[in-house]
Amino acid sequence: MSKKMKQKLISYRNAPLSALLALLVFLAAAITFAVLLFLIIYILVKGLPYISLDLFSPTYTSENVSLIPALINTVIMTLLALVIAVPLGIFSAVFLVEYAKKGNKFVEVIRLTTETLQGIPSIVYGLFGLLFFVTSLGWGMSLLSGAFTLSIMILPLIMRTTEEALKSVPDTYREGSFGLGAGKLRTIFRIVLPAAVPGILAGVILAVGRVVGETAALMYTSGTVAQVPDNIMGAGRTLALHMYTLANEGLHTDKAYATAVILLVLVIGINMLSTLAAKKITKGNGNGEN
Amino acid sequence: MKAWKETFMRGIFFIAAFTSVLAVALICIFLFANGIPAMKEIGFLNFLRGTTWRPGNDIYGIFPMIMGSIYVTAGAILIGVPIAILTAVFMAKYCPKRIYPPLKAATELLAGIPSVIYGFFGLVVMVPAIRGVGVALRRAGVLEKAGDGNSILTASLLLAMMILPTIIGVTESAIRAVPPHYYEGSLALGATHEQSIFKVVLPAARSGLVAGVVLGIGRAIGETMAVIMIAGNQPRMPESLFAGVRTMTANIVIEMGYATGLHREALIATAVVLFVFILIINLSVAMLSRRSEHE
Repeated sequence: MSKKMKQKLISYRNAPLSALLALLVFLAAAITFAVLLFLIIYILVKGLPYISLDLFSPTYTSENVSLIPALINTVIMTLLALVIAVPLGIFSAVFLVEYAKKGNKFVEVIRLTTETLQGIPSIVYGLFGLLFFVTSLGWGMSLLSGAFTLSIMILPLIMRTTEEALKSVPDTYREGSFGLGAGKLRTIFRIVLPAAVPGILAGVILAVGRVVGETAALMYTSGTVAQVPDNIMGAGRTLALHMYTLANEGLHTDKAYATAVILLVLVIGINMLSTLAAKKITKGNGNGEN
Repeated sequence: MKAWKETFMRGIFFIAAFTSVLAVALICIFLFANGIPAMKEIGFLNFLRGTTWRPGNDIYGIFPMIMGSIYVTAGAILIGVPIAILTAVFMAKYCPKRIYPPLKAATELLAGIPSVIYGFFGLVVMVPAIRGVGVALRRAGVLEKAGDGNSILTASLLLAMMILPTIIGVTESAIRAVPPHYYEGSLALGATHEQSIFKVVLPAARSGLVAGVVLGIGRAIGETMAVIMIAGNQPRMPESLFAGVRTMTANIVIEMGYATGLHREALIATAVVLFVFILIINLSVAMLSRRSEHE
């Protein structure tokens, strides 16, 4: 070990630029993780003392700004958006990676549109949702309008991550499967997709994160009503929008801190769960290396 | 029977792939159909070059907002991209195996944190800090106006933070996708670890790096709520880094709730301009990365 270190130091002496680069790399990583740590600790320290039972009362009133209705709306919204976007995203990625031939014009178009969708700001999605789902289709401000808007928004994310994941599955897997007599469809569903699950899951996690945290796209599609609607055609605000309203109104600053804690803990929980799931699937697949 | 199923599913995959094309087409149609007439009524040049935004008097010039978006995005990219790419290099090539999983989870978490939380954090931590810096700089005679902390600088810093995970994630997987023998071959030729990474691996991962940066730009220019909470939102040309600014995204959200008639259409037209910006960025990058692939 120490011999290795010594060798490394000697090599740096001959290449001072390399030493500088190494230093910058460590510095950048330190900044990134310090910023994250500071943000989380700050929100927790400031918010935890304000968490109380009224925050979780089943009904929202203007005196007691309970977050439960918003939380329920968030869960519904996330499920709806995923149900629409995940199959679409995975299937399109399968088409792009497994079926489309290289240099196909249609593939070029899809790639261009996916890149475009990916860059479109969420407020533009929100406006589009307002013009299309809310007004033109006449769904009004509702959870459904919000979910459809969000599903378009997360579609490219799921497509792209699935595509990367499928591409990283070695061709030998496919060839092995074909060699054993499996058809293309069987190969895709039994061999390629399972091997790509961790990558796909990473994309879905990012998507869930975007749905849970989205505000701009929902403000004018799912509305800012602080109650749980009777059905998905009713308006309701999600937790993130609830949090924004609290912070913006400035009337319930303590509750805003507490709500921030809940939102943050929720997001950390989602992420940890999915990391766990990804690990398990990777292990079960007998494909231990990442 | 089996062949029928294969063909059927192939069709399903094809249709799924087509939805993104359909979505882009619908977004274009609905935005342009609602925004272009307003631009015509206001006058294209008046709308784009006008520096006064006063809906009460039917004056709609969004030049300050265009510049606002450009300033905060440029600031975020300047601060965020170097840190993000270096962090991605750390994750892929330096990080000890044992601490890799928690750090990877941390970057994913950074991506998962909602923008309202970032905005709130900016509001309660960064705005007062920047206000302090502004006051100190004014005392030192560097600045004329200290500002109240809601500023271009605050927004740039916060956005830089927010685009980190996006760029780190994409860049790291691009670095990992470079075949290991590139790196090993370079080492074998006597290059150092750093020379191998920065001269061989990173150039090979170029298209992934570009994709990451584009995603970052998209996130920064499109970020709405976090920016609204900390940028001040004054619809006028900013004089300094410490002056408040209103971005195009903020303009839409702040006024859409009560706007009617031409005002409402002017806001949709703002979204059209934003959209055209995004299209130009995307197209130029798509062309760039395609050219680099052909080289």
